[in-house]
Amino acid sequence: MKAVEVAPGVHWIGALDPGMRDFDIILKTANGTTYNAYCVRGSSGVAVIDTVKESHAGEFFRRLEQVAGYDEITTIVLNHLEPDHTGALPELMRRAPNARLFISFKAQTMLKGLLKSEALAYTPVDTGDSVSLGDRTLRFLHTPFLHWPDTQCTWLEEDRILFSGDVFGCHFCDARLFNDRVGDFRFSFEYYYRHIMRPFREHVLAALDLIEPLAPALIAPAHGPVLRDAPSAYPRRYRQLASPQLANEAERDKTLLIFYISAYGNTARMAEAVRDGAESVDGVRVSLFDLQGGEVTPFVDLVEEADGLAFGSPTINGDAVKPIWDLLSSLAVIKVGDKLGASFGSYGWSGEAVAMIEDRLRGLKLRVPVSGIKVKLIPTDAELALCRDYGRELALHLTGRAARKVISMEELLSAAPATNPAITAKAVPTATP
Amino acid sequence: MPKANVTFEDIGVTVTVPAGTRLIEISEKVGAGITYGCREGECGTCMMKIVSGMENMSERSVLEDQVLKEIMAGRQNRLACQAQVLGGEVVVRPG
Repeated sequence: MKAVEVAPGVHWIGALDPGMRDFDIILKTANGTTYNAYCVRGSSGVAVIDTVKESHAGEFFRRLEQVAGYDEITTIVLNHLEPDHTGALPELMRRAPNARLFISFKAQTMLKGLLKSEALAYTPVDTGDSVSLGDRTLRFLHTPFLHWPDTQCTWLEEDRILFSGDVFGCHFCDARLFNDRVGDFRFSFEYYYRHIMRPFREHVLAALDLIEPLAPALIAPAHGPVLRDAPSAYPRRYRQLASPQLANEAERDKTLLIFYISAYGNTARMAEAVRDGAESVDGVRVSLFDLQGGEVTPFVDLVEEADGLAFGSPTINGDAVKPIWDLLSSLAVIKVGDKLGASFGSYGWSGEAVAMIEDRLRGLKLRVPVSGIKVKLIPTDAELALCRDYGRELALHLTGRAARKVISMEELLSAAPATNPAITAKAVPTATP
Repeated sequence: MPKANVTFEDIGVTVTVPAGTRLIEISEKVGAGITYGCREGECGTCMMKIVSGMENMSERSVLEDQVLKEIMAGRQNRLACQAQVLGGEVVVRPG
């Protein structure tokens, strides 16, 4: 297959990988992927933008050789350093000795980690920096966390072409290459967004603020079809995907979701008491969900929009129960790090679940400002009152009205979940074997 | 033993700690929103802001200084896994 002209003097020189089915462990693709690289010819220089996975380097070099000689290459740009785009870089640098390498300033440590070489010369760039090819100019847009810290886009100013890296890309392999000629890739486009870009939606919106005013005439991503037909539809779709689909009626309120599961109704009664306590605080919208009555995916959508999450689980055989872990292991596709977390539950004799859930919440980078509550078997009225207090305290934390506390390091360490699991309601013995 | 007060502004908790304590030793236990990656001064994930009391913090080590420069951190930023509280009052928040 030949290099494909996407605009006068601008060629696609990437590689097709139709056999790929699992990408980066986390993604499926039913018809492979492409590694898109591009060559831009200017009056006083030639630029190569991105390379391909190492296993496909031969294909990339054959296409590059059709449109440029190695000694003509003055500029190499990497929009993203993941190995599927940098696999052919060392060999390209060897073959093109006149080229200068341009990477995002955030990519510097990654370059060393990937190439295991300090010797490689490069120029770190940020938004506003540019490089001239004579009659053509490449300008850089720093678009971090789409989907690595280093990611950037490159703007070919005179032709209004955006080389967008993984942004607006998808795993879809079709040699017809252009969005108006390939098969139906809408599912792949949205799937890619939901699995790769979704956790970074604030960064997506910040990047769109840089990209949309440019009104690109063509978007050339690093995977999947080249977007030449109605290119502005794709940034617009990203903006929709990054925004909540339904308006929140309680927009000014903080939202607390309580997920619970209960074998004998004890944890359920605790959940209701936590809800009642939280609802007694103005400015908090509380929702209660029994995990037995729902599937994980819609709950993940709910979690994405919430300010606080509380999980109620009984302890069975020394562990929280599987539906809890199923939900807690499905949150990698959304951002949860700025939320408040909490945990409670009834137990029979040892009650490990509450502290284990709290540890997981901390691991997901939630703040867990109030130690969880566990109750031995059936909660008494006094214990349910503690659950209401607990809910109320969570709500006060959510609304920023919690009383300021001063504690000593000794108190903190003795209350630490790792050494002394969550506060037990009343003076109930905790460790009956 | 000399003491210091560290206030985690995001959760409204002040902890009295022995001088020399690193923020990483307390921020998670207290439930503050500072997040950690490598925990050894390499990845920059735990960058936080010193709202006040920078004069009561340890000097940046060569390692910390290098990472903060690489991630273009501001003058008020420190790495919670590296920075020690030396005394007095310090107020911190995530980011």
